[in-house]
Amino acid sequence: MMNDLASLVQIKGLRDGLLVSLSDASWEDQHAALLSQIDEKQSFFQGARLALDVGAQILKVNEMVELRDQLSERNVSLWAVIGESPTTEKTAQLLGLATRISKPRPEDGRRFEVQDLGEETALFLNKTIRSGARIEFRGHIVVLGDVNPGAEIAAEGSIIIWGRLRGAVHAGSKGDEAAVVCALDFAPIRLQVAADAMNIQDKKETGKPEMAFIRGERVVIEPWQPGQ
Amino acid sequence: MTAQVITISSGKGGVGKTTTVANIAVALAADGAKVVCVDGDIGLRNLDVVMGLENRIVYDIVDVIEGRCKLRQAMIRDKHFPELYLIPAAQTRDKNSVSPSDMTRLCNELRPEADFVLIDSPAGIERGFRNAIAPADRVLVVTNPEVSAVRDADRVVGILEAEEKRSTALIINRLNPILVKQHDMLSAEDVLDLLGIQLIGIVPEDEGVLVGSNRGVPVAQDAKSRAGQAFRNIAKRIRGDEVPFLDLEKQSGLWDRIQKMAGKK
Repeated sequence: MMNDLASLVQIKGLRDGLLVSLSDASWEDQHAALLSQIDEKQSFFQGARLALDVGAQILKVNEMVELRDQLSERNVSLWAVIGESPTTEKTAQLLGLATRISKPRPEDGRRFEVQDLGEETALFLNKTIRSGARIEFRGHIVVLGDVNPGAEIAAEGSIIIWGRLRGAVHAGSKGDEAAVVCALDFAPIRLQVAADAMNIQDKKETGKPEMAFIRGERVVIEPWQPGQ
Repeated sequence: MTAQVITISSGKGGVGKTTTVANIAVALAADGAKVVCVDGDIGLRNLDVVMGLENRIVYDIVDVIEGRCKLRQAMIRDKHFPELYLIPAAQTRDKNSVSPSDMTRLCNELRPEADFVLIDSPAGIERGFRNAIAPADRVLVVTNPEVSAVRDADRVVGILEAEEKRSTALIINRLNPILVKQHDMLSAEDVLDLLGIQLIGIVPEDEGVLVGSNRGVPVAQDAKSRAGQAFRNIAKRIRGDEVPFLDLEKQSGLWDRIQKMAGKK
């Protein structure tokens, strides 16, 4: 019977502690299985940090608290509870437990996937794009805010910045020579339209809206004229 | 008492985070607040040195987290201010000894004990930084008026925005008004223009800050120091007072006169 229970939970070592993965069996069974495993191999678990991967199970606050207390009685600290359910995650956060384990969050290098790739699809970003952020999109990109140095934007279509452009931009990233880059204040660190990159280190700030586009085979930057 | 937890961060190293923590802590404590400083730079601790408490360390933050001592036992009382405490970092461990949830739990334990908890974040944007910002109610980003420091500060502000830490404010440290005037240094306006976040203090460059750090007596204790005054003003703004920013031109006015006398102008 004990061995049966033992197979319900998987335990493996991580850099920061032990990861316990639960199966689909009921919480009561797995709970008991985990505790009995710990009791059996006391010396192994002594002082361990435990992360619990509950999968899709939903743990209630009292269940989590009970487990944490039972573990701490055995000198094992519950460090993280990872689960697919937002309820479980919230509960874990409420108890001050970690809800992720050393997996980098996808906060930078965002890739926005769109189902329908109509020609006129655009991504609208209503914020300042800061250093370290990279935004790629398969249509056009519109930013209502600044693009700071160290930020990168690449669009298969055009890039419109309603603000100051100071970062790196690449419009027509798959070769569309009709793509343009516009900004109210145009001073990117790096500028590329389709295949042609332009070194614009010495460009003076004009304080006027400008637009970059391909003429012939080269990128040119011109003041933006209404009505063109 | 429910303490406000404030993390001091920067991205780039060497811009003066630790000095800023020590000085703001001293200024808040001098004003009668109960302050606990937490050194989040595990493995490279130095807040204890800057505060002059190095030789009093018995237990450190990792001892608390791993349960070898009680929180109280790791709180070192300051020499000058009885209501100022330091929880030192461990020198012989690394940043992975602590997790963000450990820091949150520690700070929640400190909240009823103090008015302010100040966390000194390590440089970088990795584990130590994540630990330091996890419990923060407020983050102060320190930068110097130089391009690389501002770039890193921008990155940090971006991460804080992604983490939805809403209350972020900027400290511009080591501003040299003479260099700014000669257009050899970014001005406070340039920095603010790029970062676009609330400004909470501008600290002028001042040799006294370095001397104070080496002696373990933060310059905020020196009533005559202009940098000290700047840190005291930041402390007041943290408490919610409206304090006008220092006129940093005054000092350069003196320099102008000296240079005129020397026939350089």
